[in-house]
Amino acid sequence: MSIPAKPSSSRAAEAIAACRVDPAAAAVELTDVSFAYDVRPILSGITMTIPRGKIVAIMGASGSGKTTILRLIGGQLRPKSGGVCVGGLSVPDLEPEGLYALRRKFGMLFQFGALFTDMSVFENIAFPMREHTELPEELIRDLVLMKLHAVGLRGAAHLMPAELSGGMARRVALARAIALDPMLVMYDEPFAGLDPISLGVIGQLIRRLNDALSITSVVVTHDVYESLKIVDYLYFVSEGRIVAAGTPEEVRASRDPFVRQFIDGAADGPVAFHYPAPAYREELFADVG
Amino acid sequence: MSAELTAGVAQWLRRIGGAVTGAASKLGFASRFLLAVLWHTPGAFRRMHLTLREIYFSGVLSLVIILMSGLFVGMVLSLQGYETLKRYGADEQLGILVALSLVRELGPVMSGLLFASRAGSAITAEIGLMKTTEQLAAMEMMAVDPLARVVAPRFWGGVISMPLLAALFSAFGIFGGYVVGVRLIGIDAGAFWGQMKAGVDVWPDVTNGIIKSFVFGIAVSLIAVFEGYDAKPTAEGVSSATTRTVVMSSLMILALDFVMTVFMFRGASVI
Repeated sequence: MSIPAKPSSSRAAEAIAACRVDPAAAAVELTDVSFAYDVRPILSGITMTIPRGKIVAIMGASGSGKTTILRLIGGQLRPKSGGVCVGGLSVPDLEPEGLYALRRKFGMLFQFGALFTDMSVFENIAFPMREHTELPEELIRDLVLMKLHAVGLRGAAHLMPAELSGGMARRVALARAIALDPMLVMYDEPFAGLDPISLGVIGQLIRRLNDALSITSVVVTHDVYESLKIVDYLYFVSEGRIVAAGTPEEVRASRDPFVRQFIDGAADGPVAFHYPAPAYREELFADVG
Repeated sequence: MSAELTAGVAQWLRRIGGAVTGAASKLGFASRFLLAVLWHTPGAFRRMHLTLREIYFSGVLSLVIILMSGLFVGMVLSLQGYETLKRYGADEQLGILVALSLVRELGPVMSGLLFASRAGSAITAEIGLMKTTEQLAAMEMMAVDPLARVVAPRFWGGVISMPLLAALFSAFGIFGGYVVGVRLIGIDAGAFWGQMKAGVDVWPDVTNGIIKSFVFGIAVSLIAVFEGYDAKPTAEGVSSATTRTVVMSSLMILALDFVMTVFMFRGASVI
């Protein structure tokens, strides 16, 4: 919740000055970012570059802090330390209006779509257009149908979100995310809970839309097979740190124990099977009461 | 032993301290929340179709329960009132009793309580579920402030609906009173309406009733949108937020009613 502050040009200037990266090369740049909820550390020393026009995956087990990275890029959270630069602007230094202006260039696909349940598929995709543009109704209609056609759901325009399957809902959400032709699309677990066909469709759509619309994509996921097929670069995050990174070829050939455990799906390894606990024998023979 | 005792006392004190600071920070958040909703009010009225939609959901769809309850409350009031007034030979005064009770107290309070349980709970559950399913976060990421798009229209929908519902509740209550008093019991219709016209004034009776219902509308709507927005994004969180809305709104209505009655009718002639 925020009460919008008056725009201050000095804050905007600071937001630009804080970023030394070239926005033409890197769409997103995280420099030594740390984040904690109260005292519980979530991320520490995260440094990553997301080049313009590429698809970058952030991989890690559930609870490793990868969704937090998306929230930092989107300005929903502020880092405890370090820099977050998006399109040449330092996100934590932006005032609310600047942040909202930046977000208009974003698209985001939420884990389960997050479609507005009280609106039809058509209205869901028209929503960002109606909110941010003054386009006439006929043009909005054409644009919505074009976006729906791109994800293969033009025939579902009149349906309500409750009538869609999980895969369809994800595709509608994808059409909504690209409604305003964003420069950056963030995907939060786009493959979670999908059947193999829908999974393949979403994967292909992410790649095709990225290339056709020249956008930059950040995919947060734990689906290693699907990601290796479509992305340009991968970062592996574990316990709030980047533990490995590389192109799909490098990752496939990697001998890194964490990467191997992740790709092979081994139960035990650098990511332990057991949650930290006292010694088994000690606890079993402990004097209860 | 004494160390244990000290630790126990310390824990107890910590718990009290935690509860107090927790309550204080929630109150502070709720106040800032109200300011933010008021700040976004022009936005809510610019998107008039959204506010109208909320008036429909909170107001029009509550009509059945409000009108039926009003009718029955008026009928019961008339029956009970007649029994008491008859003992003093004042049964002709039934109209004034029914009308004053409804317009001053029962109309605003009963419709407020019904509104809290019918519309308030629905608003909380809706906003809470929108939060749980990340619809509010999605809106924020689309650079649309959920306070302007979701919260403010629901708040104003409730605030505008409440006095109208209270007025309709009183009107139907008076009609119910008339049906029982005049049609069933057989009090003279002229006396019923005449006494009512002579005894009920626009100021203070009707106006104060409207002010009360307006204040209840603000209280219930604010609690409903706040609890929804502040709900923990889980099934359990939404359910307890919905319960809290009904409990808090009901207590708030009754407490505010007492306070306002003290100030409004202190100097007025007592029934």
